[in-house]
Amino acid sequence: MKKSVVLATLAVAGMAAGMSQASTLDEVKARGSLNCGVTTGLTGFAEPNASGVWEGFDVAVCRAVAAAVFGDPMAVEFVPTTGQTRFTALASGEVDMLARNTTWTFSRDVDLKFEFVGVNYYDGQGFMVPASLGVSSALELDGATVCIQTGTTTELNLADFFASNNMSYEPVPIETNAEAQQQYLANACDVYTTDASGLAATRATFEDPSAHVVLPEIVSKEPLGPLVRHGDHEWGDIVRWSLNALIAAEEMGITSANVAELAAAPGNNPEINRILGTEGDLGAMLGLEANWAVNVISAGGNYGEIFDRNIGESTPIGLARGLNAQWTDGGLLYSPPFR
Amino acid sequence: MASIPDPSSEPFRLGQLIYDRRYRSMTIQVFAFIMIMAFLWQLGWNTVQNLSALGKDFNFGFLGSRAGYDINQRLIEYSNDSTHGRAAIIGILNTLLVAFLGCILATIIGVIAGVLRLSKNWIVARLMTVYVEGFRNVPLLLWILVIFAVMTEATPQPRDFREGGDASMMLFDSIAITNRGIFIPSPIWGEGSTLLVAVFVASLVAIWAFRRYARKKQEATGQILPVFWVSLTLFFVPSVIFYFILGGPVTLRLPELGGFNFTGGLQVRNSLIALWFALSLYTGAFIAEIVRSGILAVSRGQTEAAYALGLRPNRTMNLVILPQALRVIIPPLISQYLNLTKNSSLAIAVGYMDVRSTLGGITINQTGRELEGMLLLGVFYLVTSLIISGVMNLYNNAVKLKER
Amino acid sequence: MAHSAKSSVSYVRTEMLPEQAPPVSESGLVKWVRENLFSGPLNTILTVLSLLAIYWVVSHVFQWFAYGIWTANSLSECREVRNALYADGRNVACWAVLSERWNQLLFGFYPAEAYWRPVVALIVFFIAVAPVMFNFGGRKLAIFSAVSPFICYWLLWGGSIWGPILTALGFVLAWLAYGQITRKFGALAGIVATILVPLIYWRFGVAPLTGLVDGILPIGIENIQSKDFGGFMLALIIGITGIVLSLPLGILLALGRQSDLFIINKFSVIFIEVIRGVPLIVWLFTASLLLNYFLPPGTNFDLMLRVIIMVTLFAAAYMAEVVRGGLAALPLGQYEGADSLGLDYWQSMRLIILPQALKISIPGIVNTFIGLFKDTTLVVFIGLLDPIGLSNAIRATTEWNGIYWELFIFIGLCFFVFCYAMSRYSQYLERKLATDRH
Repeated sequence: MKKSVVLATLAVAGMAAGMSQASTLDEVKARGSLNCGVTTGLTGFAEPNASGVWEGFDVAVCRAVAAAVFGDPMAVEFVPTTGQTRFTALASGEVDMLARNTTWTFSRDVDLKFEFVGVNYYDGQGFMVPASLGVSSALELDGATVCIQTGTTTELNLADFFASNNMSYEPVPIETNAEAQQQYLANACDVYTTDASGLAATRATFEDPSAHVVLPEIVSKEPLGPLVRHGDHEWGDIVRWSLNALIAAEEMGITSANVAELAAAPGNNPEINRILGTEGDLGAMLGLEANWAVNVISAGGNYGEIFDRNIGESTPIGLARGLNAQWTDGGLLYSPPFR
Repeated sequence: MASIPDPSSEPFRLGQLIYDRRYRSMTIQVFAFIMIMAFLWQLGWNTVQNLSALGKDFNFGFLGSRAGYDINQRLIEYSNDSTHGRAAIIGILNTLLVAFLGCILATIIGVIAGVLRLSKNWIVARLMTVYVEGFRNVPLLLWILVIFAVMTEATPQPRDFREGGDASMMLFDSIAITNRGIFIPSPIWGEGSTLLVAVFVASLVAIWAFRRYARKKQEATGQILPVFWVSLTLFFVPSVIFYFILGGPVTLRLPELGGFNFTGGLQVRNSLIALWFALSLYTGAFIAEIVRSGILAVSRGQTEAAYALGLRPNRTMNLVILPQALRVIIPPLISQYLNLTKNSSLAIAVGYMDVRSTLGGITINQTGRELEGMLLLGVFYLVTSLIISGVMNLYNNAVKLKER
Repeated sequence: MAHSAKSSVSYVRTEMLPEQAPPVSESGLVKWVRENLFSGPLNTILTVLSLLAIYWVVSHVFQWFAYGIWTANSLSECREVRNALYADGRNVACWAVLSERWNQLLFGFYPAEAYWRPVVALIVFFIAVAPVMFNFGGRKLAIFSAVSPFICYWLLWGGSIWGPILTALGFVLAWLAYGQITRKFGALAGIVATILVPLIYWRFGVAPLTGLVDGILPIGIENIQSKDFGGFMLALIIGITGIVLSLPLGILLALGRQSDLFIINKFSVIFIEVIRGVPLIVWLFTASLLLNYFLPPGTNFDLMLRVIIMVTLFAAAYMAEVVRGGLAALPLGQYEGADSLGLDYWQSMRLIILPQALKISIPGIVNTFIGLFKDTTLVVFIGLLDPIGLSNAIRATTEWNGIYWELFIFIGLCFFVFCYAMSRYSQYLERKLATDRH
């Protein structure tokens, strides 16, 4: 009786979503769109533009997965989540995947029962100070007032860093980046700490970026990556290999410009052929079309193109590839072979 | 005589449960009870099912594990090695602190604004209207953010207190107002300070006893004792005398500029001040309206009658108007205090570490124990609300009109 | 005598002097200023302080406010325009963010070509509540009011028109079932049927029927997902839906709290006190973090609906207290009069008590609505894009990162206009009701 009341309410509202017992892929296909959890707004990573279309580095991962499943990168419903609500949203099935600059940690993977499918950005926590302070190293920050964003791993890293160096500090926890930025610019804190990419993005928007320096110390490892629920490995595989396809495409030199040409007929590089589905049946193994990776790459280009367009050196954020370069260029990006 | 059948002699029929008024209410209640229980059971059952599906259990063990994060404002000892439970207690104390301070300031602001809104001074009355309407019609969250930002923008940074800066400390270098908070001297309790505190408490008791005596005397003889001046003397003189006799057992530690910031002294953080002011100004606007309507509710004849009896204006206010106005004011005032306490949960917006930010925020986020955490949080707020409304209702019963 | 007085006493004037203007200090502006602003030392001090405060605020804010820049595509462009216009490097507002993003602040990501839909829905809502709020219209408009929720739903979410129509049919069915079955099988069977028939219909009938009818006669507008809802539209939808849905629930709870039935009374009291004792933000987190635990495994529906359910329950507790106040304000004679007419409980409530009690409760209901509407800003903490949430999202774009005050001022102004209008209305109502009673 009670159940039917609830269900009736749902029918009336016409908003009933699927049952999470079914496989996520079937559910997504039945729905016709991918529900992807992103931030409520983080420069360069996820931001709605003037016409309400989401853009950014994390958003591109969602679009790639949607392209793999549907062949249509726009078949994504973006669900903005906060630091607090993101894990519940994923666990409850409200979103199919989370691409929300989330740090891969042991407890999130094991205790919170999520599955990180890879790393799309290697980050680390850094410090930004006004140049006028004359500080050149984070070890000189004893007694400083530090602005941090709550609800992240940042506050734990900060506590660990200061404790291990026997320094004291005064934390000023702030809910959003906008408030933290305002506090920092008004000098209510000496230091602003968050992921180095966030610092660069924030600094880029200052009226006078040169008046602020990002200190050389990176005090933590922050491998950020998309994650899915424990238990549905088929779905996890799709997200994992969509990400890997982006990375491998850059390594193999497949770009959004030449992907159509390369996919038209088998070429002389067998791995490219396998990725693009002109040889073998990798797509069928994933339960997708043979040209799934072609769709992934034509959605927004390969990893390098996405990086350059959203956060690379040509954008106002101006991040260098650094750790996020291909392994062949001395970075950490290393896609397992498509075989 | 025999024409009226005895109702109890009729055999009981099942239909009576529905159609007989004597039984119907019972039927409805039993039915409602079963439905409610079934509903709760369903909730519980669903929760158990969902928890087991997620591989989680229900226990409060996380409260004993290491928290790992720092809290800037702590009324009792705490470090990042303390437990989540202790972090929650810090949060609870911070919530209670801001709620307590907020209730006091909101009352003061509300009373002043309410009285001034009735002022004959056109510009003052208009300003107060702008204040009241402005705060009542814009969300509190917005005000908290705005006041926090204004406070950091409008006050000098600690750096400006250095040589050549344009800011300076106040009151013989004892107070520094910066955009990180207000630094005030902190007391250092030396030898003999216990005695001093005891003397101070004793003088408070003496004030209370004297007021009681004065009231009795006035009721008995009509003679009015100078209560205010005696209280003032009792408040200051014994403590000051003993302070010098004991050779100054309590000294002040002044804040001084060192390194990045002021050290020493007490730091009243900006987040606390902003939240405190925002809550007080917001609630004060509502209280102002309550006070205004309370004063207007006392008919003009009361004032005139008091004047006719020869009471001076301040006595008229104290003895005639206020006691009557209070009866109208207090019930809605209680709900404003409750609102303020509940609204303090918006502390998260300015990074004030109240119980919502520690237990309900970082702890839940780090441990993934949302069910247990939210439950504790809800229970805390519920208990606090019930206590506040209980205490205030006692007070209300004491002052309300005794109808016979 | 009269004659002699006129002629003989030469030093007495025979004609009235023309009225003289009062002294400068006792007339016009001067008098007003003196009486209103400087009537005593305390008043003078207050006036001077007030003037200083006003001057201080205006002198600090005016320039920034008035010289603001309205056309630019990004904050940095704003700064360039400012540097070109004002050589003195003054600080001015960058209102351009509003001219570029106002539509997002108002409608969220709702498609621009469909902006008319929420606007029409709002107008429909106002027409629907007009009979209650301004006491005009009559029976025809009352029918419109009953249908209006379905119209609004259809306008906002779109899709086939048959869904809302067929859902509304459920209520008609309930009414028919009540009439027919009560006549044939008695009151109890009637009540059971009234509850069961529409439920069965909604559960099993609506979806296939909608598909069927839609196949034959497809009428509909573009379906818009609730994820695209945002800004003030979202705040209004949550606030209005919460209040409208909470009204019946609140009335039931208020009656329950007044009831002699022990269990129902205690249940109502506990429900009301628990809901009121815990802040809305905790309930919102419950909706976002915990509701999935309480629902049958596998059910899952979108955050906005969960928030609306939670807000409805929250508002119902407050509504119950407002209605209880209305019930308590009725003279006891009304209850006794109803009893003496031989009306049963529901009849007396429906025909005598509630119409009067609700009428005096309207100002309280409007105030609850204002409070609820303001409180919708809290949904930002669970990731819904209300105006404040959208301001964060706008700041996250590279163009507008670093903009702060402009957005808050716009949001605050919008809230103020709406809430102030509502509170004026509620004051008007209170005055009207106050005269009615005499």
